[in-house]
Amino acid sequence: MVKKIYLDYASTTPVDPKVLKEMLPYFSDKFGNTMSFHDKGAEALEAVEKARIKIANVLNAKPEEIIFTSSATEANNLAIKGIAYANSNRGKHIIISSIEHDSVLNTVNWLKTQGFEITELPVDKNGLVDSKNLEKEIRRNTILVSMIHGNNEIGTIQNIKLLGETCKKNNVFFHTDTSQSFGKIEIDVNKDNIDLLTASSHKIYGPKGVGLLYIKSGIPITPLLHGGGHERNLRSSTLNVPGIIGFAKATEIAWKELKKENKRLIKLRDKLINGILKRISNTKLNGDIKDRLANNVNISFSFIEGESLLLELNLEGIFVSTGSACSSPKLEPSKILMALGRDVEDAHGSIRFSLGRWTTDNDINYVLKVLPEIVKRLRKFSPFKD
Amino acid sequence: MTNVNSYSKKVLEHFRNPHNYGKIKNPSGVGEVGNIVCGDVMYLYIKVAKNNKNREIIKDIKFETYGCAAAIATSSAVTDLVKGKTLEEALKVNKDDVIKTLKGLPSIKIHCSLLAVDALSEAIYSFFIEEKRNIPEDLLKIHERNKKEREFVEEKNASWIEAEKKTSA
Repeated sequence: MVKKIYLDYASTTPVDPKVLKEMLPYFSDKFGNTMSFHDKGAEALEAVEKARIKIANVLNAKPEEIIFTSSATEANNLAIKGIAYANSNRGKHIIISSIEHDSVLNTVNWLKTQGFEITELPVDKNGLVDSKNLEKEIRRNTILVSMIHGNNEIGTIQNIKLLGETCKKNNVFFHTDTSQSFGKIEIDVNKDNIDLLTASSHKIYGPKGVGLLYIKSGIPITPLLHGGGHERNLRSSTLNVPGIIGFAKATEIAWKELKKENKRLIKLRDKLINGILKRISNTKLNGDIKDRLANNVNISFSFIEGESLLLELNLEGIFVSTGSACSSPKLEPSKILMALGRDVEDAHGSIRFSLGRWTTDNDINYVLKVLPEIVKRLRKFSPFKD
Repeated sequence: MTNVNSYSKKVLEHFRNPHNYGKIKNPSGVGEVGNIVCGDVMYLYIKVAKNNKNREIIKDIKFETYGCAAAIATSSAVTDLVKGKTLEEALKVNKDDVIKTLKGLPSIKIHCSLLAVDALSEAIYSFFIEEKRNIPEDLLKIHERNKKEREFVEEKNASWIEAEKKTSA
């Protein structure tokens, strides 16, 4: 039987059985609407508020600063459009990095059509933003800086504390998308000078369909969804109670196991990186070796194209993803790898392995055993091999 | 959106066990199409010889392809379709024949079948040029289109190609 090795935890994760157990009563038994006056409503509201406190505590935020959303994409949209519209009297200039997730990039691209000005700050060859460059780009009319914390493709971790400090000094709001780092890196919104923060549940063994936006008290923001006035009037919609309960439980587990789990993952990650670079010629690591998510491995394989490698790995029961154009709906290579100054061939031939809670040493051994053969086979057909 | 289920069994078969891959020493013609920027590059080598009826046929054909599963499968399929055929017959093979052989392609990958057919046309074109023959009008048209497309892609991606030259230098 073919093994099944899931190494795509950066795409999504399975719900932890402990999280699922916590959620189950909130589907049929404790099903109330948090806005209802009666006992059933009060029961649901109490559970949601406990969940909010749990999450606020790990971020060192106040519970009322946490707004639950349907996803990290929605949270990024709310942060950026919400700040843009509420603060356009101060200015219409927004700065992002050149390696943002599409939910940030396409949001600011839309804002461009609404009369906002966008600056894309370049990154160095490992994907790091220089805070001095950021400071140079901040203008009198800059209202918001949005920088991804842990990059989803290459795993590079920005020094958000320093970037936040730069924004604070220049009186500009600082938003960070921590979809890949929340629950994996300790974050303190106060010490790290963060005004707005996006996080996602399904990346940390919680359910899909729930995310959050932290908004520092007193920051003017316009809602995207108008209606019954939920979430301090910032996000109307009946609350996804089981989702929120699950998100909080997932957060609790992630924080409790953070240090130990990071240590374990870094060991496996480095074994995979070094194993591939040693066993397979013409390979290179993308992203920073030091400032890197504990679960991210991103490698470019010269002379072959990522989608064919993905398909071969799939046949061997190994599930990963690629930055190649051929597997993207737009047939364009990864913008993130291009932003690092890598050539197109590196982008087409890049594979992301993302490790997680159920990745074992045996899984890594298996990948290191089958991968060299697959690469060798695919390179046989390539016109570029020599 | 394509995923593993987007490909027919036939595409996967050709991808897993491609026919006629590799190079031909001293080929009669070579067709090079595609562009690394787009993620597909095909080299098609042909050896032309006369059959017992004294007609020119594709005696041997081999490919080298950089690209996705569809690119590799269409390369393999086109070699199967034309091996042993006369040049005239080979020039009649079109993208729909390739798609039919593969029992379908995802719509986003249709361009790969065109690429394979273009590579074949270019290989035959290069053979005619080498032999200083007259080029049939249809083939000339295809060649001009391929040339234009190449120029268009190169122009559109001039900065990337420039950057690549620098890194490889």
